[in-house]
Amino acid sequence: MQKSFIRTSLNNTMIYAGAAFAAAFAMLLGISIGALSIPFSTIIDIFLAQIGIASKHHIPDNLVQIVLAIRLPRVVLAFFVGAALSLAGAAFQGLLKNPLADPYTLGVSSGASVGAVLVLFFHWQIPFFSTFTLPFVSVAFGIATLFLVLLFARKVDRRLSIETIILTGIIFSAFFSALISLMIALSGEELRQVIGWLMGSVAMRGWNYTLMIAPFFLVGSVLLIVNLRELNAFAFGEAVAAHIGVDVAKRKLAILIGASLLTGAAVAVSGAIGFVGLVVPHMVRLVIGPNHRLLLPLSLLYGGAFLVLADLVARTIISPRELPIGVITALIGAPLFAYLFFKRKT
Amino acid sequence: MSKMLQVNELSYRYGTKQVLHRVSFAVEQGEFFGILGSNGSGKTTLLKLLSKELPLQEGEIVWNDVPLASFSRKQLARIVAVLPQSVDAAFGYTVKETVELGRYAHQHGLLPKWTEEDERAVQEALEKTGLLAKQQQPIDQLSGGERQRVYLARALAQEPKLLLLDEPTNHMDIAQQVRLLDELKQWTNEKRLTVVAIFHDLHLASLYCDRLLLLHEGRVVTSGTPSELMEEATIGRVFHVAVRRQAHPVLPVPIVTFLPHVEHMSEGLASITVTTTSEQLVITTKTPFKVLSSAVVGAGFQWARYFVNRHVPKQYTSSDPEAEMKQYLRERSFDVQQTIGMMTAVYVEDAAFVYEKDSGVSLCVMVTAGVGNAVDVTKAWQQNASSSVGTINTMIFIDGSLTDAAFVQAVMTATEAKTKALSDEGVVDPATNTTATGTSTDCIAVAASQTGREYAYAGSATALGKAIGRAVYEATIRALRNYEKRKGEQR
Repeated sequence: MQKSFIRTSLNNTMIYAGAAFAAAFAMLLGISIGALSIPFSTIIDIFLAQIGIASKHHIPDNLVQIVLAIRLPRVVLAFFVGAALSLAGAAFQGLLKNPLADPYTLGVSSGASVGAVLVLFFHWQIPFFSTFTLPFVSVAFGIATLFLVLLFARKVDRRLSIETIILTGIIFSAFFSALISLMIALSGEELRQVIGWLMGSVAMRGWNYTLMIAPFFLVGSVLLIVNLRELNAFAFGEAVAAHIGVDVAKRKLAILIGASLLTGAAVAVSGAIGFVGLVVPHMVRLVIGPNHRLLLPLSLLYGGAFLVLADLVARTIISPRELPIGVITALIGAPLFAYLFFKRKT
Repeated sequence: MSKMLQVNELSYRYGTKQVLHRVSFAVEQGEFFGILGSNGSGKTTLLKLLSKELPLQEGEIVWNDVPLASFSRKQLARIVAVLPQSVDAAFGYTVKETVELGRYAHQHGLLPKWTEEDERAVQEALEKTGLLAKQQQPIDQLSGGERQRVYLARALAQEPKLLLLDEPTNHMDIAQQVRLLDELKQWTNEKRLTVVAIFHDLHLASLYCDRLLLLHEGRVVTSGTPSELMEEATIGRVFHVAVRRQAHPVLPVPIVTFLPHVEHMSEGLASITVTTTSEQLVITTKTPFKVLSSAVVGAGFQWARYFVNRHVPKQYTSSDPEAEMKQYLRERSFDVQQTIGMMTAVYVEDAAFVYEKDSGVSLCVMVTAGVGNAVDVTKAWQQNASSSVGTINTMIFIDGSLTDAAFVQAVMTATEAKTKALSDEGVVDPATNTTATGTSTDCIAVAASQTGREYAYAGSATALGKAIGRAVYEATIRALRNYEKRKGEQR
């Protein structure tokens, strides 16, 4: 069987350009389609006017409002969340050398969820943060979980081996899931809110949420991107990585922290959206191969685009009702994944 | 002068299990240094300490006077490259992508550029390992041996000064093993690359290593050149197998051969059959005999079952008698690899047989003799090579197990007996008119069943030597008389 990776016929620039175009197109679609359809040209005019290149006198104010205050933040948030989860998934799969790994493997997302559910359950309201109490507590819980997991794993096994990390993640996830179930069982009127949050959504969050994920997204992405070569080295085992000069402990920690920041932040602002982080990296890998030099940037772009489209479908398909986005990601993702997987076999 | 790599008093413990005890050795630049030892002797632990895969517990490892501990991972990777015994299969990576990883330690900055220097090193490593044509192939499509070459190429792309190999030829067929080791050896000579390698195969180790370190239960048993180290008693003690040491047929290195617990059974002389035709005299043994001979076919030490004494005409000439004789044997369906082939112009029906069964020694001697070409060897320098035909062929079959020394002594004893027989029969070198000592083309084969009684020596002081002397003397005399008789009849 001769794998015909696209990269043998296309150069890397073309591949990046294609992915960037796909991401931009998905976002334009996301902004354009809705209860009120807005043509691409109008959207671009509004953007140009916003940065002072064109005038917006001929565009109705309500359109500007819909685009800039409602649809754009939602689309950008969806993009950030999808990109963060895919990037984290790709890194976890690479580092842990486990195709079943996803952003939730380490238990960080369960920790972040516990934080969010606690806020909903006890109606917490931290004065200074007001409406940001939930994402703030959630991120804080996520980060705390990360350090707990790492601390525990290190106590078990100083070398922080892959098996230890995976097992520790399973222990923490299971425990936190139980805590969440406990709160669900005890909750009354908050039930719907809690379940809704857990299923994940990027709806009605506004610019504030979007901006909140940005710093985590930036730091996490940079941490992973600068460890591209190390991720490739880890694919051949930690011993080999050490032989070629990789500072294994340091780099592994950097990758774990980077991926966990992305995951924790994504979960904090949108809930636990499943499938994206597992499947997008696999799909990208099936097409362009396992080299993280391409895999990470492309997972970022396609993951973002994928979630934007999934959100688009979730809010339009039986509008005015909205479906949980996690349902859509799996409904679109699973058949697509199956198709690619099947195609590779033949 | 300090060595490039110096290991002093190195000890290592896994928990409470001591796996290395105060191991010390030194390696010089350009050396091919082998580590030998049975499983669990601490070989791999030692190699892992050298590559800093395991932390130093006790003792020190010094690289050009600098402790290994003071190097960072990256600095170390620019000096030391490792080819582990097995590497996790990383699916989908191409050969080139894998080899490119070797440049990691030479790159700087957060997002380093791929430089021309990096590309040159990668291409060179691919070329050296014969992978240039396969660089775009995914490594999971390669065979185990090819994949091992990819990992070697990655190690070479690091441009190391020291290469650590853990059983480098593990997944390779024999041709690949020899090719890889040939190349490594060449690089140690040309590029002054230093190789420290764990070997499982004693043969390969002694063929390729300049020096060897023998580990047993975590301690250094001995170190030295293969010739010093490949000692039957030492190897036997360390590996718990019986071995026999021999010389390599071409190179001045030893070969050790295992002595398996397979009993060599032989019915000895009882199983010998003799078939004589006018063309040839064939002695067949039921089981192979170990033979030391000067025969045209099967010279040196051999195991053989067929002993052919072929009659050739006086005019026989051939530019390559060995090939001609092999052809002759093949045409008569002999297994050439198990045949000792001699030629004589004498009529083989005139062969003399003597059986000796005295003093517990059991042997049989066959002699065909012709003395048209008799020579006094002490005067042979005075005369030109003669063209007339005449040969004494002697075959000795012994029930018993002979050492190499006994084989050589048997040849000496038989020769002395033959010379005495010629003298007593008054055979004269026609050119010098002195008593002949033999003919110019005499041939001998000493064959032993290698079972039963053991003979360390076969000189004239031993029972075997005495028996050989008497039997050969008697058989030679009788063969000479047969020869003379036939000559007389022909006249």
